Amino acid sequence: MLSFLKEFFEFLGARKKYWLLPILIVLALFGALIVLSQGTAIAPFIYTIF
Amino acid sequence: MNTILGISAFYHDSAATLIKDGEIIAAAQEERFSRKKHDPNYPYNAINYVLSEANLNLNEVDHIVFFEKPFLKFERLLETYLAFAPRGFKSFSLSMPIWLREKLFQKKFLFDQLKRHDKNFDDINKINFSEHHLSHAASAFYPSPFEQAVVLTLDGVGEWATTTLAIGKKNNLDMIKEIHFPHSLGLLYSAFTYYIGFKVNSGEYKLMGLAPYGKPKYKELILNKLLDVKSDGSFKLNMKYFNYATGLTMTNKNFSNLFDQPVRNPSKDLLKEFHMDIASSIQAVTEEIILRLTKNIANEYKIKNLCLAGGVALNCVANGKILRENIFDNIWIQPAAGDAGGSLGAALAYWHHELKKPRDNFKDQMKGAYLGPKFSDKHIESQLNKLKGKYNKKTSKEISSIVAKELSNNKTVGWFQGRMEFGPRALGGRSILADPRSEKMQKELNLKIKFRESFRPFAPSVLREDVNNWFELNYDSPYMLLVSDVKKDKQIAMSEKDKKLFGIDKLNVKRSSIPAITHVDYSARIQTVHKETNPKYYDLLNEFKKITGCPVLVNTSFNVRGEPIVCSIDDAFNCFMGTNLDILVIENFILFKNEQDQSLIKDYKNKFELD
Repeated sequence: MLSFLKEFFEFLGARKKYWLLPILIVLALFGALIVLSQGTAIAPFIYTIF
Repeated sequence: MNTILGISAFYHDSAATLIKDGEIIAAAQEERFSRKKHDPNYPYNAINYVLSEANLNLNEVDHIVFFEKPFLKFERLLETYLAFAPRGFKSFSLSMPIWLREKLFQKKFLFDQLKRHDKNFDDINKINFSEHHLSHAASAFYPSPFEQAVVLTLDGVGEWATTTLAIGKKNNLDMIKEIHFPHSLGLLYSAFTYYIGFKVNSGEYKLMGLAPYGKPKYKELILNKLLDVKSDGSFKLNMKYFNYATGLTMTNKNFSNLFDQPVRNPSKDLLKEFHMDIASSIQAVTEEIILRLTKNIANEYKIKNLCLAGGVALNCVANGKILRENIFDNIWIQPAAGDAGGSLGAALAYWHHELKKPRDNFKDQMKGAYLGPKFSDKHIESQLNKLKGKYNKKTSKEISSIVAKELSNNKTVGWFQGRMEFGPRALGGRSILADPRSEKMQKELNLKIKFRESFRPFAPSVLREDVNNWFELNYDSPYMLLVSDVKKDKQIAMSEKDKKLFGIDKLNVKRSSIPAITHVDYSARIQTVHKETNPKYYDLLNEFKKITGCPVLVNTSFNVRGEPIVCSIDDAFNCFMGTNLDILVIENFILFKNEQDQSLIKDYKNKFELD
């Protein structure tokens, strides 16, 4: 995972596209939340927010 | 010794190529092994095959190169969704989970898959990535016979680029210009393929084959409304009419309204004059753009050689026009111009572009595109025995004379010889052959053997030295990628009554002395056969010429509609027993249908999903 992140940062640097980073972080967080929430107590928590 | 494995996968037409010190050793598409047309999956079988051809374990391969860059593609996706937001949310929500879970981690995924071939393979740093269009350009330039050339690649889309121009000189390949997504000639053609009711990524050939039945009535409308083409051939699509950037279809309501007809439903709606006119119109627009692009490039760079690759380079009608307009002195087109050829280009790009290895042999390096598996007599015999086939073994000379005689008696032959072809065309390695002089042959081949639509044309193979006696062409076309007219003196003029016939009815008119391969506009997609690359096929054509005076044969791929071209002995025998083919020839083994155990005849027609 670390080498992936390193390569991805290098890619963003080479392409001068650091502005994509916030979008990616949000996507990754939501992705993680959805994965974690499957069949757990986090699901109602998501419903309350939205 | 330095070996490079090139891989293309995960979109369509997965393939693998192995090169050793810059020489192409083997290349094959996964679909031929998995028997799933345009198979997009990881090419496990194809990689196994190319490794076995080079007698290597994966761990012994020096570099592995994937044909495109996933990060760059992801960047394009994100920016496209942002640019079109909030439209495209459905497509976004479908694609992002796949990207975040798998595609973004392509290197790790590839590494895990590669370990399946060899558990000793442990160096993830051997895996490299080449840009999609650099892979295409490399596949067009490095195996070409040119020291210097302009390289034009045109396809749907890779990462960002859809059209690129590069200049190749010896081992250098410099990308000069690009047109970016969503402006794409390949996707424009695919949008019309979708609109006519054919499958995107496979029905484009049908659209091209349908075009001569119609008239380009909508050409100006397309040029005025759907895109803006500049005099240099660069273009921009009007995205108001298309849905592919963010949606799940190629075109939208505006598109259908423009032509006043909905998208054709292939299960309900017949192909009508309107659809033929649309096909003719988009073909004319495509040719116009390609001609403008190539003319401008020729003027600007003053280089006399042109190399082509990318899916649009399989549009052999357009290629024939570039040749006839004499824009360049020489043209060379990569036979696996679609994504499968990306595996070859990725490997060659790494060798010459990255490792800076010299290139000094300026001859066609594709070995006739015969880069796939072949089988020993021992293997063939044991397989045929297992399959309960009744066969005779002959000498090569006997095979040529028997098969030529049978062909001249209107028999159809499954011709399985040597190494399998790389790329979508059968070139006399895995082909169905027939007599082009027969008036009924086109219909019979389409309906009884290939089980496909009756409008679809067939292509000729012709001895290279005879090509200009039979066609308006005097140029090498070993990969069947150039279309030209049947020679004037072989054409039969249509009467006024015949001219008034519409669409498929035109097919029934005898249009030349070789009607089975003469399309309704007198054109033919020509393969020139060369003794150096396929001596056995060359001998067969020669024998056929001795008997009939005609050095031409119908050559269509050895498969039925929706089936990948046959690869193994089993595939060939099954296709033979499942269709109305009369004879099967595998190397020097010959099988006659009427001698086979009739209980082995299979229902083959519905075995494959229609394309």
